[in-house]
Amino acid sequence: MNVSVEVSSAASGPSSFPGLSKAAWQDVAAEGALGTANPHAVDLSADQLRSLYRLMALSRRVDRQAINLTRQGALGVFASSHGQEAAQVGSVFALEADDWLFPTYRETVGTFARGVDVVELLALFSGSWHCGFDPYKYRVAPLTTPLATQALHAVGLAMAAKIKHDPIVALTFFGDGAASEGDAHEALNMAGVYGAPVVFVVQNNGYAISVPYRLQTRASSIALRAAGVGIPGIRVDGNDVISVYGAVRTAVDRARRGDGPTLVEAVTYRLEAHTTADDTSRYRSDDEASEWRARDPVERFLGVLREGGVVDDAFLAEVEAEGEATAARMRDFLFDAPAGDPREMFDHVYAARTPQLEIERALLDQELRAADER
Amino acid sequence: MAGALNAALRDSMRDDDTVVVYGEDVGRLGGVFRITDGLQAEMGADRCFDTPVAEAGIAGTAIGMALYGLRPVVEMQFDGFSYPALNQVISHVAKYRNRTRGRVGLPMVIRIPYGGGIGAVEHHSESPEAYYAHTAGLTVVSPGTPADAYALLRASIAFDDPVIFLEPKRRYWLKEDLELPVTAPPIGEAIVRREGTTATVIAYGPMVTTALEAATRAVGESGWDLEVVDVRTLSPVDMDTLVASASKTGRALVVHEAVRFVGYGAEIAAELSERAFGYLAAPVLRVTGFDVPYPSAKIERHFLPDADRILDAVARLLEY
Repeated sequence: MNVSVEVSSAASGPSSFPGLSKAAWQDVAAEGALGTANPHAVDLSADQLRSLYRLMALSRRVDRQAINLTRQGALGVFASSHGQEAAQVGSVFALEADDWLFPTYRETVGTFARGVDVVELLALFSGSWHCGFDPYKYRVAPLTTPLATQALHAVGLAMAAKIKHDPIVALTFFGDGAASEGDAHEALNMAGVYGAPVVFVVQNNGYAISVPYRLQTRASSIALRAAGVGIPGIRVDGNDVISVYGAVRTAVDRARRGDGPTLVEAVTYRLEAHTTADDTSRYRSDDEASEWRARDPVERFLGVLREGGVVDDAFLAEVEAEGEATAARMRDFLFDAPAGDPREMFDHVYAARTPQLEIERALLDQELRAADER
Repeated sequence: MAGALNAALRDSMRDDDTVVVYGEDVGRLGGVFRITDGLQAEMGADRCFDTPVAEAGIAGTAIGMALYGLRPVVEMQFDGFSYPALNQVISHVAKYRNRTRGRVGLPMVIRIPYGGGIGAVEHHSESPEAYYAHTAGLTVVSPGTPADAYALLRASIAFDDPVIFLEPKRRYWLKEDLELPVTAPPIGEAIVRREGTTATVIAYGPMVTTALEAATRAVGESGWDLEVVDVRTLSPVDMDTLVASASKTGRALVVHEAVRFVGYGAEIAAELSERAFGYLAAPVLRVTGFDVPYPSAKIERHFLPDADRILDAVARLLEY
């Protein structure tokens, strides 16, 4: 039970392939030991494999464009998902239309892959509004910043769905750093107690900003925590999209069947900095990042698909063109995006503006009018 | 008052099957103060249930439930045990509507028994109202009478925004004959509990009883005719009613159990001095707990404002 993040991930690396229908992950036994990596059948058609690749490739393009827009000043800050596409896209690919997703600021590409409009999605980072999309339209909660807090929202929604006998599943992401928060434990424990149909996906990317995994926990795996709250845990190579999909799909099906929550730990790596305001050279080596670049989840998947004859050049050109169109749209709508009317800040505090908010709104209105006249 | 709160929960659950009640010990036991007594037996364990001891979990899951169309009414067992949930309350409960540009309101109620005077330990005697009232997006309600306990709790459960419902636990045993359902002015309106001319005493929650007691004694002891205003909704506050009363009497004091420094009374005093300055014959005074951690049971009566301390302050208002 002395498996380090890096060793385990490397060990279960490309070996998950070549069989497209087989993926490998470790089940965490009730007593807390990591089980052996057994191949689990994953049934995906060629069309689905292409869809999965398309979403990963588009995600990478969106991520790169968002970084560039940040460097150009159009976004105030951005938390990149570069290197974590398999963990995020593979997870949301396992959801059905009516299911709910509870992402954090790290899951922009997973949220994009879930179908949220990319311009609406990036409102948080462009500063036009804290959440630019309608959660009910996409069945996606706002990108959450306070760590692990959204995991409890997912559990609550799943509990409500169970009370109403709706066969839906809530999936929430959090990170290896957030796993240290009390809310993460409370969420796992309460989900277990109520058998809530929720799937926890921990993206273990090795770092909480600058603090490495070994300083977050002495445990060899975050998935082991599942045993402590009496629910199943799975540890999976988070850079292998088939393995991620297979593990999360298993968890989603289990939840939908009424068999309760699962914790899935996807071991991956944040190839970019924590945010565009971060400097990785202060806490990690280039060598380490290079090792992980060799396990690039998008390239790996593409290699397997090419080898299996699932994709051809025409398809790849199509995906690339779609990526460029998406990036162009991001540039069009995020550059010089209007700030909106500052008076709106009073409109959504409560269902109706209070007398005090009316007074304050009038004050701001006066200031704005005076500024216009100058 | 405990019975009125229990009836309000029961009637709300009967009228609206999206109302669910949960928290620590609220199921089989009926809550440590028995406010949820009998609800699980009548409504079933899907609608009234016990939770693990996890206050952030209770508040956080309520957000998800409200997001999915239920109306959760959750209990924090004691004031001093509500703090683990503050991150959920401040970071999410208060902000979800604004964050989502008005698309997602969270109809939910967090009930918190608060205040001292029951001979309990420090964490069972605190008055955290200022933490909540300071947070934009929260509606903070505290009833002072059994009738209001019923009416305001029902209104809070039916409200479209999240409500922090502060129950004055030392008044749980306050008796009043009620014919249910009780009607009362809505959330957001203060009530003049006793009309008077000498000075205005502004109170809420547990101090409404104390203020009325002071007003009754004042008639016989000093001939003063005190006006007592019950704030009821601490935020958003009905400042117009407070300003009208203070302007009428020309003298006002605010009374609460919570500490004085940056307390709720400081905001009321500041607003009154801005909006009623021309009508005031004396500065607005605060009658509060002292700026100390909640004292132990044997000396708490020296901490808590009582009718004597209120009447002393009225005397100071009149000496001005």
